[in-house]
Amino acid sequence: MLAQQLVNGILLGATYALFALGFTLMFGVLRVINLVYGFYFTAGAFVALWLTQAGFPLVLALPAAAVGAGAIAVVLDAVLLTRLRRTKADELSSLMVTLGAVLALYAGMAAWLGPDIRRLRPGLVGSGALDLWGLRVTVAQLLILAASGVLVGALLWLVRGTRLGLAIRAMAEKPDAAALMGINTAGLAATVSFISGALAGAGGVLIGLNFNAIHPYMGEQMMLRGFVVVIVGGLGDIFGALLAGLLLGVVEVLTAGYLASGLKEAVGFAILVAVLWTRPAGLFGRTDVRRA
Amino acid sequence: MSTLTISGLHVAYGRTEAVRGIDLTVAEGQVVTLIGANGAGKTTILRTLSGLIRPRAGQILFDGRDVAGMAPHLIAGLGIVQVPEGRQVFADLTVGENLALGAWLVRDARATQQRHETILARFPRLRERLGQPAGALSGGEQQMLAMGRALMAAPRLLLLDEPSMGLAPLVVEEIFALIAELKAAGTTILLVEQNASAALEVADVAYVLEVGRITLSGPAAQVARNPAVVAAYLGG
Repeated sequence: MLAQQLVNGILLGATYALFALGFTLMFGVLRVINLVYGFYFTAGAFVALWLTQAGFPLVLALPAAAVGAGAIAVVLDAVLLTRLRRTKADELSSLMVTLGAVLALYAGMAAWLGPDIRRLRPGLVGSGALDLWGLRVTVAQLLILAASGVLVGALLWLVRGTRLGLAIRAMAEKPDAAALMGINTAGLAATVSFISGALAGAGGVLIGLNFNAIHPYMGEQMMLRGFVVVIVGGLGDIFGALLAGLLLGVVEVLTAGYLASGLKEAVGFAILVAVLWTRPAGLFGRTDVRRA
Repeated sequence: MSTLTISGLHVAYGRTEAVRGIDLTVAEGQVVTLIGANGAGKTTILRTLSGLIRPRAGQILFDGRDVAGMAPHLIAGLGIVQVPEGRQVFADLTVGENLALGAWLVRDARATQQRHETILARFPRLRERLGQPAGALSGGEQQMLAMGRALMAAPRLLLLDEPSMGLAPLVVEEIFALIAELKAAGTTILLVEQNASAALEVADVAYVLEVGRITLSGPAAQVARNPAVVAAYLGG
């Protein structure tokens, strides 16, 4: 029973981690708290929904949704954040601007598409469950775990092991000095928006798949958890987000399993408050994407 | 043949005008120094030259091309390379990564490798610490790294902003020895300094900046003998 709960918790936590990664990357590099991020999650889920309804297979719909959400992120971030970054506005300004924008986007989307929950066409992934040493794991869960693992690995490789990653880490630390090196910081900001939006979009598809529920406000519900994860992990800390995501997933599942399912969100936020009280820089005490 | 010609440059932060119409020329192969008190606008001028601030008015001609208001990475691409105030090394990146970023725009891998070797030969301390984070270096070593990083780009015009600031006297001497070496090698340099005596000694031409205006300019040796300069900047 406990082992099964832990497995479920880790699988849930993997999606939280995946969702939080793009958000923490964006903060670490661009120094903005971008709440529109939740909308990219919704957008990714809808792109995949429409593509699979049109008959495309999931292997095509998932990357297409990631690219689509990334492209939307580039445009929205350019519109909303360029001015804030140019004036070197503080984090609170970006929080307020993006909060207003994302509420407008959710409401607009709900007005356009209706607030109903949509479901992915059945049979996209095998509906069966596997029995692994007595633990029950669905195919969708395995897919989520594998996709999260690949995306997290790809992100870490990108940041730590490539020329682009070197520029990203330089810009995260000192944007002006990076510009003096000849790095096109405006272009790099758009690239980071794209990567972060694509991660959110992929997360939206995978979670839509797991819960089989896609609706305009799904990003908002996820954003609250994403917020807990990135703050507990340390804003801008990629490894921190990964660990905190898994932790939150496990804690939620255990709370639902052993206490009461209604309490699971309360526990998540209690952790957030406790962490902020005792370790304001996050559970792992590091604060930056450049130390990813 | 002059490489940099600034004319009528005005720069403002909101309603405060920090630079109020300056003219300045740096000819190829020259070391030109800009001296002045704290807050005179020296750093503002260098930040504007590198494109980090947009000027309100005026022209910045580099090899006949107006670079005023261009994006910083494009200006760096023309060969105007800056060692900024306070060094601004990437503290969390390694010494090697900092040097690699200096050569960000250089396409020629062999030339980069050669320059890397030359710089490490000139600064043996950096070679010992190639894999360490730049933040672990001492202030003097960080200044050497910042200079080495700029040299990785093979600058056509090197902008130095207060390279001696906050460093021990021995290290300051080392920095000025390096500037003299670069000068001997034909590097064109615009040097901003508060250490006026050392700057005037190494420079060919000097400009004195006071509250955003050039109040005096001429051959460095001549400026160094000006009684007002002696009284205000040379502790005479």
